[in-house]
Amino acid sequence: MIEILETGGLASVQDLGRFAAFRWGLGTAGVMDPPALRAANLLLGNPEGAAAIEIQLFPFAVRFEADLDFALTGADCAATLDGAPLLPWSAGSARAGQLLRLDLPRDGARAGCRACLGLRGGIDVPIVLGSRSTQLRGSVGGFEGRHLRPGDRLPVGPEPEAPTLRASIVPPALALPLEVDGLPAVRALPAAEHDAFTAASGAAFWNEPWRITPQSDRYGYRLAGPVLEPETPLELRSHGIVPGVVQVPHGGQPIVQMRDGQPSGGYPKIATVIEADLWRLGQMPIGTRFRFLEVDWEEALAATAELESWLVRLRRVTSLLRARRIG
Amino acid sequence: MSVGEPRVSPLGTSALLFDPPGETSLETQRRIWALAREAERWPELREAVPGVNNLLLTLERPPARLEPLVDRLLAAWRAVEPLPLGGRVFELAVRYGGEEGPHLADVVAHTRLSVEEIVARHTAPLYPVFAIGSHPGYCYLGGMDPRLSTPRRKVPVVSIPAGSVSIGGGQTGVSASAGPSGWNTIGRTEMVFFDPSLDPPIRVRPGDAIRFRVERVRPPIRLDGGRP
Repeated sequence: MIEILETGGLASVQDLGRFAAFRWGLGTAGVMDPPALRAANLLLGNPEGAAAIEIQLFPFAVRFEADLDFALTGADCAATLDGAPLLPWSAGSARAGQLLRLDLPRDGARAGCRACLGLRGGIDVPIVLGSRSTQLRGSVGGFEGRHLRPGDRLPVGPEPEAPTLRASIVPPALALPLEVDGLPAVRALPAAEHDAFTAASGAAFWNEPWRITPQSDRYGYRLAGPVLEPETPLELRSHGIVPGVVQVPHGGQPIVQMRDGQPSGGYPKIATVIEADLWRLGQMPIGTRFRFLEVDWEEALAATAELESWLVRLRRVTSLLRARRIG
Repeated sequence: MSVGEPRVSPLGTSALLFDPPGETSLETQRRIWALAREAERWPELREAVPGVNNLLLTLERPPARLEPLVDRLLAAWRAVEPLPLGGRVFELAVRYGGEEGPHLADVVAHTRLSVEEIVARHTAPLYPVFAIGSHPGYCYLGGMDPRLSTPRRKVPVVSIPAGSVSIGGGQTGVSASAGPSGWNTIGRTEMVFFDPSLDPPIRVRPGDAIRFRVERVRPPIRLDGGRP
């Protein structure tokens, strides 16, 4: 068990997401930074998809009620255990009664904005409709289907056989940087209504920087930039959409669908951020200026393979370290 | 693109959208249900989820080439026989206008119909449930009188309550839980659409139908809360 002592709000239990519940009207939910969750769980010897806490407002503090290993990945939040500093993207061991505290993410181009706190054994909340992720609308999964509050006590599952590793992981933001004209970038495929926008709007979408406005969260990122206009006003029939879809409402300012986004849309879609780059967006704080980079299907697959090979290397290294009993 | 051929487009690397052309119809929807039933058995797909006269197909993993899957979908579409309606009818009592239907005034302004005319036209049809989406348990309904069509709001509303009855474009529906919406809310009803302890967790399914009945009508309000 761990107890939440302090939270700035909006912290939640998430795993990789709920991937077969669109048919009932549920989106995927799940962590905004899946590589960070996988890395935390690989360090801890957990299954890669074990549930963890995603933290997006700080400070955040928990107390361990029993001896327990933990791992911190995602944003580097100057974490401390009873005041002693901890390395980012690594695992630690807490004694019963110790206090783990996360503060505001450090500044820096690749600092990130969401931290992942994994626990050895994973957070043991019930699997609902295929996942432990918190689905806020409808109050499904996670811890009572809601954000965490001070006083909440979270159970952990049985310890895995593999030992915890005392290694640090090079985060994907450093291993797989992606910039365009000095700005962070995400790759996207044109979507169904891309060519229904004016040529000037299409060019602006791909060539101008976009700013993440304060009205951005796990549901969606509302962007500010040039006004995007379709050739003629479009009213579409409602259809399924997935995280990463970039819709353009009548106001002309795009909204990127994120993990808590609803599973359907009706605004024209200009593009979709590819799944392999959604973590990049998930770690961009409000106020970030970034670029969309247009890719075709082959380039999107290459990006997917690039992230996958980072993960394969990580799996290989962690199993090698365990084989040498360095853990 | 030839007339009559559905459009299949990628939604990033994790899904495809299958979108047949033409006016929205129950006939097309019955073929969409049939295609969904067929495609959800294909191992490369996680889910085949009907929208309104379209189909979302989520991918287990992005295939090396999209064309074979697209061709297979188009071939299956040509071959499917429409599925029948399920036959269950749910009747919902609606309180139209007032604080519970804060955008009724916008529907009046856009359609140039009276409140009485809007309520009469909204309660007349038997609405087939075309699809589930938007949020847990939410039903997309076919069959709305096209005279009631009102564009989605320029700026979505941060939260509307569960049971809100609303119009967005040429569609109408009932919110299954509180949440943000770009639609125009014209009234409210009471109904539990989603319960995760049930199997399946939704009460109303595609192929069922909904009918609205008037519980009461209040005059429309302006968004500042005053009477027009």
